[in-house]
Amino acid sequence: MKSHQTIQKCFAVLLSSLFLFAGSVSAQAVDQSTPDGLIKAVVSDVMASVKSDPEIQKGNIPRIVDLVDKKIVPYTDMRRTTEMAMGPNWKKATPEQQAQLVSEFKNLLIRTYSGALSQLRDQTIQFKPLRAAPDDKEVVVKTVVIGRGDPIPLDYRLEKTANGWKVYDMNIMGVWLVEAYRNQFANQISQNGVEGLVKFLQDRNKQLAAAKPAN
Amino acid sequence: MMLAKLKRLVLLGIATAMVGCASIPAGVEPSPHDPWEPFNRSVFEFNEGLDAYLLKPVVAGYRFVLPEFVRDGIYNFFSNYSDIYTALQNLLQGKPDYAFSDLMRVVVNTTFGLGGLIDMATPGGLPKHKEDWGQTFGVWGIPSGPYVVLPFFGPSNVRDTFGTAADMESDYLFRLLPDVALRNSITGLRVVNARNTYYEAGDLLDGAAIDKYSFMRDAYIQRREYQINEGREDREPLMPVYENPYE
Repeated sequence: MKSHQTIQKCFAVLLSSLFLFAGSVSAQAVDQSTPDGLIKAVVSDVMASVKSDPEIQKGNIPRIVDLVDKKIVPYTDMRRTTEMAMGPNWKKATPEQQAQLVSEFKNLLIRTYSGALSQLRDQTIQFKPLRAAPDDKEVVVKTVVIGRGDPIPLDYRLEKTANGWKVYDMNIMGVWLVEAYRNQFANQISQNGVEGLVKFLQDRNKQLAAAKPAN
Repeated sequence: MMLAKLKRLVLLGIATAMVGCASIPAGVEPSPHDPWEPFNRSVFEFNEGLDAYLLKPVVAGYRFVLPEFVRDGIYNFFSNYSDIYTALQNLLQGKPDYAFSDLMRVVVNTTFGLGGLIDMATPGGLPKHKEDWGQTFGVWGIPSGPYVVLPFFGPSNVRDTFGTAADMESDYLFRLLPDVALRNSITGLRVVNARNTYYEAGDLLDGAAIDKYSFMRDAYIQRREYQINEGREDREPLMPVYENPYE
């Protein structure tokens, strides 16, 4: 009997620590002066919005895309992301194609990211201490998404620009996004040219926009 | 015995894949990590077909029949079981602090977590690690060798192929079960559970990929490198250096 009570008590302690943990990420004003402060503020804000919006929880993708567009995209440098993924091929594209590539690649990434966000339930984000010198122009902010299943390392690579810190690459479970797209872009271009890549991205985005939400 | 079964399974897959040998699409740059690309692509196609027509529909049924908390319990149970191996691997990798934390996880989850059905250790401040023989070989300095796609198992490399074989060979506890039918059912459930963990993520990947084969390959190569260096202060994962188009 006694041991039964002890177990119950331990249960209660563990459960309450769980709730404390979930509450530790709170919304705050977006402060762009430090890269880790920026990521913490943006991520907390987005998490709070996702968790308080039943439409998003139901998988309303246009609504999530809207959220990502408003709350995340302003702190990214999608042009730089696209340039890096294109590599030497970037200069083969006309200014018009470059603009199309940035916009289509951005849409593809937003859509993928939104799909991931719609699956957020009881996850919490753990922010790791920033390891950088004060005068660094480029830093990596490391976080871990903890929830059901295995913890997911999620790192953000930021660059200091005239308009504050901007995210231009992300690492999901050990995979850098730009790195993962470089070969795919290069292959598509050597098969069908820059025009082919633009068309591929346009078609894919239309296809994804027309698809029904998964749940 | 297990190894013999695995070998037979892999050979069957290779034979099946050879029948419809795929070639590299025209214009695709060969990757220095992937000298066996034509062969790998055909095995990849075989795995994709197997997943689309067999595994994914089975998992869809599993999700339909079992409520989420039951599936979570099953996930946690196998996850708790694998933590024992992770502790061992962390010890072999010279990370005793990680090994101790993994062992504590098993103790906490097996007792307070009702035999592993609930993960109490993660919210309690003991994060999950996941280690396997392939990572341990990597930590010991064994090079990865070329990229290989294994039938049924998917992306791998020469080192991790031996790692997977060693993982199966050292998976002792379930083999102690005397009942063959029960043992086989558990193996089946483990496969379904493993596929279920990336049910939604798999769809996302399909949407995001331009060429799924090279996407998965490049992601696998990066991810294994990251996993091997993870948690080692002396070997921080290297940042990729991108060519700047303006230089």
